[in-house]
Amino acid sequence: MEQYVVKPGPEAFLPPAAASMGIVLPDPGEAHYEGRIIDEEDAYEQIARKLLGAKVPTIFPGPLVLWKWNEKAGKKAEAIRELANALPARLIPMADYRPKYPKIDPEVEINPNHPNLTIWHNKIDACIFVGVHCHQANLALKIIRGGTDCFTIALCAQAGHEDACASFRDINVEKIKKLTETVKRLKSEGVESQALPFTQIKMTRAGRVA
Amino acid sequence: MNKKVEPKSNKILVSESVNLGEEGLKGQKVTDPNVMMFESEREPNFLTGSEVIKAAIKRANLDVMIAYPITPQSEAAALIGELFAEGYVREYFRGESEFAVMSQCAGAAFGGARVFTTTAGPGTLRAMENFPMWAGSRLPIQVCVTCRGINSPLSIQPDTLEMAYLLETGMLVWHAETAQDLYDWILGGFMVSEQPDVHLPLALCCDGFFVTHTKDTVMLQGEEMCLPRYDPYRSPVPCMDMECPPIRMMRDPFIMKSNYISYMTHASWQQEIHAAVERSRKHTLPIMNGSLIDTENVDREILIVASGTAVSQGREAIRLLEEEGIKVGLVKIKSIRPFPTEEVREATANAKTIFVPEFNIRGWLAREIKAILPNNERVIAGPHVAGGMTMPSEVIVEEIKKGLGIKSATMDRRG
Repeated sequence: MEQYVVKPGPEAFLPPAAASMGIVLPDPGEAHYEGRIIDEEDAYEQIARKLLGAKVPTIFPGPLVLWKWNEKAGKKAEAIRELANALPARLIPMADYRPKYPKIDPEVEINPNHPNLTIWHNKIDACIFVGVHCHQANLALKIIRGGTDCFTIALCAQAGHEDACASFRDINVEKIKKLTETVKRLKSEGVESQALPFTQIKMTRAGRVA
Repeated sequence: MNKKVEPKSNKILVSESVNLGEEGLKGQKVTDPNVMMFESEREPNFLTGSEVIKAAIKRANLDVMIAYPITPQSEAAALIGELFAEGYVREYFRGESEFAVMSQCAGAAFGGARVFTTTAGPGTLRAMENFPMWAGSRLPIQVCVTCRGINSPLSIQPDTLEMAYLLETGMLVWHAETAQDLYDWILGGFMVSEQPDVHLPLALCCDGFFVTHTKDTVMLQGEEMCLPRYDPYRSPVPCMDMECPPIRMMRDPFIMKSNYISYMTHASWQQEIHAAVERSRKHTLPIMNGSLIDTENVDREILIVASGTAVSQGREAIRLLEEEGIKVGLVKIKSIRPFPTEEVREATANAKTIFVPEFNIRGWLAREIKAILPNNERVIAGPHVAGGMTMPSEVIVEEIKKGLGIKSATMDRRG
């Protein structure tokens, strides 16, 4: 049997979990790209190029970075904002994992139980998951792979995500800043962002204000 | 896919937020598990399996143990009570039944505690609803299952049939052959099941009485060291959050929302549990000496493939057969979930006949092996004993000779 490759979908009615297809997570100092283990240093440029080449690059910050539950989370959130500005990329929050029925507002939020709605609605072709609890991230990444053609990237603070098309492990403020620096360097070398014009959403507890 | 994972580094990954060297319970020193498991000096001790469980828990920096009496695990549960009285366990109490115990274990684990319990036979089955719930909730609880008979008429004696019921719960399932396995895997088991990419419960099984109530020489580290504490901030799901899954789903399950998305979310959730079982492979390798199986002379045409104490009996049968010039190899399966599919395929590639002796009447291990091997007519399921019967090595010898068409003295007058 050929080695499974973790590529954007749409893959299947119910795609398999990549770990069940023999994809193994990276060890410290490594990353993975489409299921292949690569050196972490090489991953910065590959991922930065993927984001710059996307028409609707989007960052989904999860509850671990949306809420300032410790100082590190606050600093990580600032670093993510810098990355979003540098690309540029939309920021659409995953505030929590509560199932929302009958459905979410896909313009301003993403939910791990039906993340494909947000991807489809906004025509997102490359996205970053960051600050999402690992189980919820894998759930959402697999559903996205199943039903959309979005290239998924996970910036994971733990062991990484084989269900994403690309992922870092042990992500911290320094690594996010390094990814931002890589984006800036590529742009200075002439790689142009292909992102379509957009306005970053602004929200309060009452909902969208801009 | 059950793909074999090659060990890159024989190291246990430890949370960066752990303060190694700090004081644990009773003045124990929190020690890097790599130092504790692989580098520290060990002394021989002559102990029963139950005493070995106590010795491991003493060094496990355990938060909660919940007990309920059922033979043959009662002694181990009581001995851990002694540890609580001595100050080596943070919380200990008796539940109302096995079902209650496993539910209470879930509550403690949801709250961010390292949790251990023991059970056996009918207790395992009484608690059964909780095991897939533990796995689905990604709770890294460890339960030591000291296997015994489960069916009526009642038997308290050794029998591994209950393991068959655990196989598809989403738990890790390991099968210890010896008290030394039991000791090393209790400590190592916490390190594997608490990894953020695994974070699943572990059913650490051993054969009741044969392991729990017989004495063996076990190599133990000093009592002055203990494992780092469990770090609940690495959990792949939020700790004790009533509004979010998995707890939310116990009162507001996906299934109550009748639509395709809810069903698919549940299916994906199940896939993620079994994906986590697969991820445990690379973390288990350092704990199990680099492989989920042990092999001896697998270039031979006749093999015994077994788990638990059937391995010990198989080893002795091989010695007896060797005296008669019949050469037989051995495969010891240590992890049942994840199942070492590729490893067993490789080890049995040259075998013409494969015998699978088991301490249960149904032969669930032989079924597992037949399901993964090409030319599985090579697999002979047996011999089987159950209900507390011993499996004399001569019975395995007889089965092998019968399988090979060699005449042998019958064992039917033994017992």
